[in-house]
Amino acid sequence: MNWLTQLFAAGRTPGHRVLPFVTVLFLVTTLASMANLMLPESSPLHVSTYTITLLGKYLSYAMLALAVDVIWGYCGILSLGHGAFFALGGYGMGMYLMRQIGDRGVYGNPDLPDFMVFLNWDSLPWYWMGMDQFWFAMLMALAVPGLLAFVFGWLAFRSRVTGVYLSIMTQALTYALMLAFFRNEMGFGGNNGLTDFKDILGFDLQSDTTRVALFATTALMLGVVYILSHLILKSRMGKLIVAIRDGEARARFLGYRTDLYKVWLFVFSALIAAMAGALYVPQVGIINPGEFSPLNSIEVVVWVAVGGRGTLYGAVIGALLVNYAKTRFTAIMPEGWLFALGALFVLVTLYLPKGLVGLSGQLAASRERKAGKAAQQEAHS
Amino acid sequence: MTAIDNARELMRPDRVWPFLVPPAAPVDVSKNVLLYVEGVSVSFDGFKALNDLNLYINDGELRCLIGANGAGKTTMMDVITGKTQCDEGSVYFGQTINLLEKSEPEIAQLGIGRKFQKPTVFEAHTVFDNLEMSLKTAKGIWQTLMARLSPTEIDHIDRVLEIIGLKEHRFMLAGALSHGQKQWLEIGMLLVAEPRLLLVDEPVAGMTAEETEKTAELLTSLAGDHTVVVVEHDMEFVRSIARTVTVLHQGSVLAEGTMEQVQNNRDVIEVYLGEEA
Repeated sequence: MNWLTQLFAAGRTPGHRVLPFVTVLFLVTTLASMANLMLPESSPLHVSTYTITLLGKYLSYAMLALAVDVIWGYCGILSLGHGAFFALGGYGMGMYLMRQIGDRGVYGNPDLPDFMVFLNWDSLPWYWMGMDQFWFAMLMALAVPGLLAFVFGWLAFRSRVTGVYLSIMTQALTYALMLAFFRNEMGFGGNNGLTDFKDILGFDLQSDTTRVALFATTALMLGVVYILSHLILKSRMGKLIVAIRDGEARARFLGYRTDLYKVWLFVFSALIAAMAGALYVPQVGIINPGEFSPLNSIEVVVWVAVGGRGTLYGAVIGALLVNYAKTRFTAIMPEGWLFALGALFVLVTLYLPKGLVGLSGQLAASRERKAGKAAQQEAHS
Repeated sequence: MTAIDNARELMRPDRVWPFLVPPAAPVDVSKNVLLYVEGVSVSFDGFKALNDLNLYINDGELRCLIGANGAGKTTMMDVITGKTQCDEGSVYFGQTINLLEKSEPEIAQLGIGRKFQKPTVFEAHTVFDNLEMSLKTAKGIWQTLMARLSPTEIDHIDRVLEIIGLKEHRFMLAGALSHGQKQWLEIGMLLVAEPRLLLVDEPVAGMTAEETEKTAELLTSLAGDHTVVVVEHDMEFVRSIARTVTVLHQGSVLAEGTMEQVQNNRDVIEVYLGEEA
């Protein structure tokens, strides 16, 4: 039971607010799910299935933001390509869902997805083999982005690429993948992507219960990933990761192979992003190469910056708030959203360097300053 | 060479494949010399920072390096710690360990600690955490992830905290320390790692007279158990601690001996005081 007491102790240590976070997440998920399934639609407290799906989508974005916070907030590696890992995870899930359609597609081919029939292909490409098995598809949805992150990180961090150069390389990575996935002959559905999903693990994707289950799974995984990240960042390895951010040369002269630390943290972060992608796709019902677009990855960074980096819960709050604002804003003024996002980023960078979660600390500090000044004036008069 | 020759070379019975060689034994100081720097030259874009430098550091000694700006003191430390590649020459730690083939972390793990000119501590961490990360332990990722402080380690950190006089500040963020305290913390980070060789670059820069005196005391007390190489500009400080002084000039050794010998050396006087001498 020692590990259990440790887990509870971990919840109480200040910094990441694990216990409050997990409690709030659990409560909101349970209440929203119950309000959807148990209350009649006429009830004022009824939560629509649309809202449930929207919440599920936000939570998978929050997980993506968490992934970026781990690598950017704690290790100072500004990745502008995490959308690539997210999309790859999504494609893994999409391939599985595609195979589940079976002969219910437009062309009624039991093996080939519609777009392959349309391209006159007569058999599945080798990389689609085994994707009809859920466990294998999930393994691939994590393993492929993880491997990509490992190779990329190995090459970049071993040759000591840092700062803005690394950010540009990550942008190039996601852009290159986007161009590749746009091609029809790649076998991932070209610019239409993968869509028209019917069911997951035998459950109908359109039913309320499946929607709620997907939402609850996303919340559960977010909680697990949050605790896991907290445990890693609280350990001596976590301290070292921050140390690498602040003084990599010093850490190297203390005898740590800093490049390996960065590679593995990058892989961990990519795996979280991939998991978020795999949870995102069944809820929105489509995955296409647009998810790889460089702009998406930059948006994630804005979420983290708005929420406050280096706190874990800040990233989650940022992702939820900005995406809620986006949903609202695009309904009123779709063209204006990118300008609003840009303005938000500029304002936060200028006035809230620690993000929204740092606001209370900032206010307290300024109040203290004012109090100090007043006390001085009183002393003078 | 043909493939068969290659294979023969690979299978030679009198050789052991490198990956089968057991990890190097602790540093061999049977000849009582800890560090050999021989014929080392480094040039940056044609400028010779080090020029056929020869330096021998005995086990357990306290050596001071002095020299004008650009004499190559810091470059020499960079070569020893693996930060800078040298064009020619050899650097050996003890009799057997070739430092030139090792990376910076490997050299640090061999027991060569370095204090930078500008104090570099991890400002976002507490004093205690700074010391914890510097402990002499396994530095692999998995070990670090699973690391728990043992009581012995905590005692060790406490002892070092006492030596560097930061006992009351143990939970303070390192970034909030004064300049002199940061210098001391960095020295503490070296101490806690129990290094064999300490390379200390300008330890008293920006310290008050009192702090300087304490630093001198500390460094003197370290010699014996550890080997200490100090680079310093402050002549008063050097005089107070030095037993042997090496004067560098334009990337090579100009003179070596006790402070007195060095001060009376004609070359040194000429270089430092110009033609008046």
